[in-house]
Amino acid sequence: MSLDPSFVGRTYPPTAPYQVGREKIREFATAIGATDPAHHDLEAAQALGHPDLVAPPTFPVIVTMAASNQIIEDPALGMDYSRVVHGDQRFAYTRPVVAGDELVCTNTIEDVSTRGGHGFLTTRTDVTTVGGEPVVAVWSKIVVRGEA
Amino acid sequence: MELPAKTFRVTRADLVRYAGASGDFNPIHWSDRFATKVGLPGVIAHGMFTMALVGRAITEWAGSPDAVVEYGVRFTRPVVVPDDDQGTEIEVSARVREVTEDGLTRLDVTATCLGEKVLSQARATIRTTR
Repeated sequence: MSLDPSFVGRTYPPTAPYQVGREKIREFATAIGATDPAHHDLEAAQALGHPDLVAPPTFPVIVTMAASNQIIEDPALGMDYSRVVHGDQRFAYTRPVVAGDELVCTNTIEDVSTRGGHGFLTTRTDVTTVGGEPVVAVWSKIVVRGEA
Repeated sequence: MELPAKTFRVTRADLVRYAGASGDFNPIHWSDRFATKVGLPGVIAHGMFTMALVGRAITEWAGSPDAVVEYGVRFTRPVVVPDDDQGTEIEVSARVREVTEDGLTRLDVTATCLGEKVLSQARATIRTTR
């Protein structure tokens, strides 16, 4: 699938704040079998110096995946999501996500290419608090598989 | 230095639980009918679920849930999860590549399923001093 290279460098408006809940962190940690008390027990998290429960490292994908709908559903880009597979994923943390965070995502398209009939799209999502404090930067590459 | 390998068993029930917790309800992670229709060998684990299990291994090696400073992977091969009680297994191992003067440890991580590498260029940087 051919993706329009003129989208490189485009930055989308910040998304509506995502409120990180304690129970969501507990649910996510349980789903991946992460038993560290800091994901489940407030006192354990605070003993490590955090204000509230600490999310596991890949938790921010919940927030960034929802935010990426802004790109995936951009009619101008014209992506067939049923043909999308995940290529690469990377997180660079300023600090862990903690319960009580209100997170805002700013999506930027870093790279677009087409090779061997497949489209490749690299996005960078800057995740900050509503107050503008950086929390984590997230890169994601998706592959839009060409028709066989 | 090699870190002790870890094995994670993954069943369909785990995929359903992860779908709910993460909000990723793509039917390739729960419907054989849909997965095979789009050319996959069967229902596959969410790449982000595999990445999360490896992330868990990394935080467990670090001995701290908040130690990860940077973490990235490339998804090279899908993890096919059969519809039975056994599911499949993901083996995770890691090697210390570098320890920096400012207390960071860089790891090269390997994740395999049925002997095949499912992640490549899996790397993490962890804080080893508080």
